[in-house]
Amino acid sequence: MLRRLYHDQPESFAFTPENQKWAEAQITKYPEGRAQSAVIPLLWRAQEQEGWLTRPAIEYVADMLGMANIRAFEVASFYFMFQLTPTGSVAHVQVCGTTSCMICGAEKLIEVCKDKIADKPFTLSEDGKFTWEEVECLGACANAPMVQIGKDYFEDLTAERFAEILDELCAGKVPVPGPQNGRFASEPKSGLTSLKEFDSGKTQYNASVQLAVDLGDTVKRIDGTEVPILTPWLGKGKPSAPKAKKGSASDTADRSKGRPADETGVSKQAAPAKATAKPEPAAEVAEAEPALLTAPREGGADDLKKLKGVGPKLEQTLNELGFYHFDQIAAWTEAEIAWVDNRLKFKGRITRDGWIEQAKTLAAGEDTEFSKRVDKGDVY
Amino acid sequence: MLKDQDRIFTNIYGMHDRTLAGAKARGHWDGTAGIIEKGRDWIVEQMKASGLRGRGGAGFPTGLKWSFMPKESDGRPAYLVVNADESEPGTCKDREIMRHDPHTLIEGCLIASFAMGAHACYIYIRGEYIREREALQRAIDEAYDAGLLGKNAAGSGWDFDLYLHHGAGAYICGEETALIESLEGKKGMPRMKPPFPAGAGLYGCPTTVNNVESIAVVPTILRRGPEWFAGFGRPNNAGTKLFAISGHVNNPCVVEEAMSISFEELIEKHCGGIRGGWDNLLAVIPGGSSVPCVRGENMRDAIMDFDYLRGELGSGLGTAAVIVMDKSTDIVKAIWRLSKFYKHESCGQCTPCREGTGWMMRVMDRLVKGEAEPEEIDMLWDVTKQVEGHTICALGDAAAWPIQGLIRNFREEIEDRIKAQKTGRMGAMAAE
Repeated sequence: MLRRLYHDQPESFAFTPENQKWAEAQITKYPEGRAQSAVIPLLWRAQEQEGWLTRPAIEYVADMLGMANIRAFEVASFYFMFQLTPTGSVAHVQVCGTTSCMICGAEKLIEVCKDKIADKPFTLSEDGKFTWEEVECLGACANAPMVQIGKDYFEDLTAERFAEILDELCAGKVPVPGPQNGRFASEPKSGLTSLKEFDSGKTQYNASVQLAVDLGDTVKRIDGTEVPILTPWLGKGKPSAPKAKKGSASDTADRSKGRPADETGVSKQAAPAKATAKPEPAAEVAEAEPALLTAPREGGADDLKKLKGVGPKLEQTLNELGFYHFDQIAAWTEAEIAWVDNRLKFKGRITRDGWIEQAKTLAAGEDTEFSKRVDKGDVY
Repeated sequence: MLKDQDRIFTNIYGMHDRTLAGAKARGHWDGTAGIIEKGRDWIVEQMKASGLRGRGGAGFPTGLKWSFMPKESDGRPAYLVVNADESEPGTCKDREIMRHDPHTLIEGCLIASFAMGAHACYIYIRGEYIREREALQRAIDEAYDAGLLGKNAAGSGWDFDLYLHHGAGAYICGEETALIESLEGKKGMPRMKPPFPAGAGLYGCPTTVNNVESIAVVPTILRRGPEWFAGFGRPNNAGTKLFAISGHVNNPCVVEEAMSISFEELIEKHCGGIRGGWDNLLAVIPGGSSVPCVRGENMRDAIMDFDYLRGELGSGLGTAAVIVMDKSTDIVKAIWRLSKFYKHESCGQCTPCREGTGWMMRVMDRLVKGEAEPEEIDMLWDVTKQVEGHTICALGDAAAWPIQGLIRNFREEIEDRIKAQKTGRMGAMAAE
């Protein structure tokens, strides 16, 4: 299937502050110098935020990870979950059509999509609320036929029930996902044939459905406040990521606006979201422009990649700004750090990675642990 | 039938307490530090003795695989990567482990990582499993909170970090080297082997890639002893196994059973029989889409294990994803749908697969309608033989085998359809 970028692209992209924090925490899962590993999760988060994957979003993620843009485009076009064309404002419906589902009636579900949404896949419905596509096996074969709407699996469907679900979504309701024929999960419908002796009664919902129900409005766009990322591997007590310095409530604007609220008028997220979504506007440090050079001094530029936290991409950015030497960086004041920080895509990393201390050591001609590894050729 | 006491996944349906406390009450995380204390070699030997064969489809002995990891580090770290990219059509067993019994997997990750000298483990879960990812992450966070992961994990003295990573909808990333590429943030295109991942895998470091189920059964095997595990199933096919039965049975389900259970017993005990009775059974795909289908009449007495299905029926156990088709099924179309799947999922790296999967699908397309010449059946067979074995990874083979199975078992069905189309009449078979 030909997968190209959409012809009509928005101007720009930025993560919401919470998503930015999430993204930076995600990167800590991978070893130093391997930030590229985070490309799929970050692109996915960008898509969750916007509904589809835009060109500026791909470029933003590539810059954030120090990748060439083409490498990120490659990834975006290779993996089928990345939607390169705009999707329905309420939901994108993915019908599993592979053999197990097909022989259990997936073709009827596709008929429903054609009837209620659009004749062709990846086409907006008339009201702009839905798009649909047939996808390959979604891995819920014992609960066939099934569809994925947003993040949730609706299993054991009939065409009638599926049509109802679409109607409910259209009316602004969020139906309960999971098996639609009374089953709990993937046990035999007629009753347990195993594990009977361990019976402890059961919760109302299986794990997937419970998570969806706890979240409430499961089809809304993700702004990062829903499921916070914890980074226990960084050790307890350490903040997972720097607090976002900027950002106001308007950054986390409800991107699902335009769709009617559910019957209570308040989505379940609204309450917890208020508690955590607003980043505290930290006291802004006034900016001051540091001394810049137009070219490296005699003897050539220092290898700024020896600073832990600076990769080839950031080195280039720093050079473009006018920094070529460790002593320049070592001399930054707090106001100057703020100046540089605001010109980097990756705020807060100067202090977090301790550039100043490292630069002081390196400017004095000494080595840091990280610079030794660079010298050995372990890193780049 | 397997007794409940002998089931490893005691909360596979998620009906009981899914938290860490619940898992502990069911016997997980019991004496983990004690197991680790016995040392790497002991663990690997026990795993070899248990006879566990990989649950991801190929059935490679797990203990043997672990023993390929270097004993002494040359300075590079070692990694365990858990393959949770479950996307083989028909397969839906790992999903149940991850969302409902996640602590079996997490504990297994710790022990397996220790056994191969890895301080870090990545679980690569398929992108579509979003709630499953959240459920598993929640369990990982719980384990960290309880000190079961992180520094001195579970009091064993071993530092261990467990990271959850996800894909974005590419079946090929279930292939171990493609999975590693994807985990490095690239397109999921398989690598040439050698070097094998145990020599140079993730980030060029020694890596072992194991299926979720293979890892999740480890703690229980070590606690109860390899003899216990090897006591189920025929020799060389030891253990218990999660079966996922989908399609035309009365009650499709995922269930843990002993290996080498007969197909009839599996279906009658857990699935309420074939829809419309055994006489209505047309065909079965016994191990996920990649294995050839088997005619219904040969299946009733079949023994569900690696050796029988491969040796006697020319098929395979694969992931034990059983797709049952009754006589209402258009078998040619069912296999055509798999061809479409492989065409969609071919990564495009090797020409025989990239071009072959599309070509095979288009011929299948015509066979479904009967708009073909009878000779084309043999031509299609030839082409499947040219794709098979001529690609870097096994996706080419996997695309060829279902078609070969169809031609071997249902040739007259295809011929009949072509005849009917030519004469404008229904043939004897099609009229049934």
